Amino acid sequence: MRHLSTAFALLVFAAGAGCASAGARTTTAAAGAAGAAGAAPQQAAAPTPAASQDTAAGIGPQYPSTYQRHPNPPVLIRNATILTAAGQEIQRGSILFKDGRIVAVGTNVQAPSDATVVDGTGKWVTPGVIDTHSHIGVYAAPGTFAESDGNEATRPVTAEVWAEHSFWPQDPQIPLAIAGGVTTIQALPGSANLIGGRSAVLKLVPARSVQEMKFPGAHYGLKMACGENPKRVYGQRGGPSTRMGNMAGYREAFIAAQAYRRKWDKWNKDHQGDPPERNLRNESLAEVLRGNIYVQNHCYRADEMMQMLDLAHEFGFKIRSFHHAVEAYKIADVLAREGTAVSIWSDWWGFKEEAMDGIYENAALVQQAGGRVVIHSDDASGIQRLNQEAAKAMYHGRRAGIPITRDQAVRWFTANPAWVLGLDSLVGTLEPGKMADVVLWSADPLSVYARALQVYNDGWLVYDRNDPAHQPKTDFSLGQP
Amino acid sequence: MIAFLLAQTIAITGGTVYPVSGPKIENATVLIRDGRIAAVGANVAVPAGATRIDASGKWVTPGLIDGAGQMGLREIEVVQGTNEYTQRGNDVAAGFNVLEGINPASTLIAVNRMEGVTTTLAVPGSLGVPPSAGLIWGQAALIDLDGATIETMQIKSPAAMVANLSESAKEAGGGSRAAVAQRLRRVLNDAREYATRRADYRRRQIQDLGASAADLEALQPVLRGAMPLIVMANRRSDIETALRIAKEYKLRLILAGAAEGWMIPDEIAAAGVPVLVEPMDNIPSFDALGIRYENAPLLAKGGVKVALMETTTENTRDLRQQAGNAVASGMTWEQALRAVTLTPAEILGVADRYGSLEAGKVANVVVWTGDPFDFATGIEHVFIRGRDIPLRSRQTELLERYKTLPPKY
Repeated sequence: MRHLSTAFALLVFAAGAGCASAGARTTTAAAGAAGAAGAAPQQAAAPTPAASQDTAAGIGPQYPSTYQRHPNPPVLIRNATILTAAGQEIQRGSILFKDGRIVAVGTNVQAPSDATVVDGTGKWVTPGVIDTHSHIGVYAAPGTFAESDGNEATRPVTAEVWAEHSFWPQDPQIPLAIAGGVTTIQALPGSANLIGGRSAVLKLVPARSVQEMKFPGAHYGLKMACGENPKRVYGQRGGPSTRMGNMAGYREAFIAAQAYRRKWDKWNKDHQGDPPERNLRNESLAEVLRGNIYVQNHCYRADEMMQMLDLAHEFGFKIRSFHHAVEAYKIADVLAREGTAVSIWSDWWGFKEEAMDGIYENAALVQQAGGRVVIHSDDASGIQRLNQEAAKAMYHGRRAGIPITRDQAVRWFTANPAWVLGLDSLVGTLEPGKMADVVLWSADPLSVYARALQVYNDGWLVYDRNDPAHQPKTDFSLGQP
Repeated sequence: MIAFLLAQTIAITGGTVYPVSGPKIENATVLIRDGRIAAVGANVAVPAGATRIDASGKWVTPGLIDGAGQMGLREIEVVQGTNEYTQRGNDVAAGFNVLEGINPASTLIAVNRMEGVTTTLAVPGSLGVPPSAGLIWGQAALIDLDGATIETMQIKSPAAMVANLSESAKEAGGGSRAAVAQRLRRVLNDAREYATRRADYRRRQIQDLGASAADLEALQPVLRGAMPLIVMANRRSDIETALRIAKEYKLRLILAGAAEGWMIPDEIAAAGVPVLVEPMDNIPSFDALGIRYENAPLLAKGGVKVALMETTTENTRDLRQQAGNAVASGMTWEQALRAVTLTPAEILGVADRYGSLEAGKVANVVVWTGDPFDFATGIEHVFIRGRDIPLRSRQTELLERYKTLPPKY
């Protein structure tokens, strides 16, 4: 919350945008980029990355991921309480992972002779935490103008900018988030603009470049923003200055993208003459129209979310997730029907007028209505405690008589955000074949007293609370107090 | 008449009572009479006709005290018209007392007190991010979160003077930390001189002083050591500047923020200076590159008196989470409970009336279903000055309206 204020100071309120896609589930395709899949056994649930990240229709690979799995011995965590986020809570359970993949989860798992065995007695295991809404790396610490790279607040539609081109892998906030159990983030442009640009979906691992962090095969998100922020930023700068101006701005942008898409689709089909001239803005928007880029839509108020759903209907795309959505509970039935997820806080409210109606029970009410709930951070501090935020939302829901299970609450920061990013066949649950993004907690992760003890990202021990050799520091932090 | 008096007597029975001033008492009674605690213990006789609250299986603690928030001074952060916490255009706003800016009808009050926070220090300036600019922000007021008027909410006003030696104060010194410190000294010197030469001041037979008469006058209790001076300082060197100046002028210093305090707990403890900290803060800035989760526990371990604060005013209720995280980072549970009850009462000079469950103290009492810091814990009762606060707010009304759709308009 404190960094929210920083964003205000910059006139660039941080926020997320939802994605729209044609299909509900992740599409599978050949691994386009570097071999995250590696030599992993291809089991039934085994994921293959979707192909859409590095291409636009008719355009070749662009800025491909160079992510490589870090080689590691197999790991067996034994005798822990395992929350799979897939419906199971296993007492005295074990989990084995090898070559970056989960091999087995259960009460009777044998370790290969070369496995590192971790005693999980009294401890808890969950999938790696996934945040659909982060500005880490694009609003990096120490938070001066030099690191303020999250809002291209020079015109209201900047679909052409890509968050990865701002992302700083040496942001000292990255290790803090890792220590909170986070293994995957969507780094988003801010919410100054109606259309802020493409998101970057990243494995949260120490790296020299953002390319080494790019989640192979992830769907880009397109950040869009409703309401007060674009109005505030552009009200005195040529507009939009009203909510109706906001709507007109989105519509104009997508009308141009429709024409662009037609031109390219035709050329891709017949290859007659020169290819059409490329336009980066329309390229991103056309990919939304094709369902390859997911709309991630910062939107607080219920009535505005209804407007945005109409916009999506007009242009034939899906909004993958509303972000912030403090009033989602008012239209929980509609959101469930539309299949649009909500990425929300547990208790942020009141810092601006469109956030006034936030209530603790938002998550529980959306869940109860059959919607898909994600607890997100939008904050470099909050991202370190997404488990705690989910706990607050779960227990307040229960106290209001809405029976949220522990498994559901864990899904709010694992399986459901994986779906929002189109990665649900790859990560988000502890099931054989899934990527070995695993967190070992000191206690029930829905307790305020729990801390992440070990964090494995694709099988790599990226954080160990009790071993300084596994507590990565960014370059920035070297030699600092 | 008798019935009226009896109606003012409440017995909370059967709970596990954490008086804070002493060890927990199982199966104990807290007796409240006329807004005060009349008795606490395992063998308290409940007068006939007292209202009984069965707290069997529950935990009973003092109401939580937020060491530095802005309740009543801040309604909606981005709507300037609802914010009352700064006197702009005055770098040395010592004469600015926030009290009459407090809005007793703020919607934030009901939202937060029903989560167990009964008392807050309403501070001028901003200790949060971004912090306010300026050197002296003004006078803070200690309030209970119940009452239709400022007079009824008020506990102590002014309760403290609030000043700033962090990076955000630099402009008040022309761009250098050294100049900020020098300006603070000059203001304190001028305040001393003003006190001995008020007549000269009125006749304009004195050199220009570093602040207005109202501001210099307001600093007198600080110079006498009668009013604490809260200084926001995060970098170790800024903390040490604050300690140095406090020693030179014999001030009752309270450090706020103190992000790098963990580096020098011995120095802070030796100076007898308490701290107000926010345990969940760990994002580095150039003002505090050494900020870390373990600050509060390391300070407490080093013998420093630690009180907690939640600077996000609309979620002052997260003081519970701050305390729980302090425990997760190494503070003892008892230290953390004290840091949100008795310690803030002590450092703000009201421990004779607040902060613990003892006979004679103001009846700010919370009945919890379990450990106050645990998310699983709900709230059964919040008493403020003996009044059983309705657990209702704008948020509970929204919940009722939308719990089933379509809504009940």
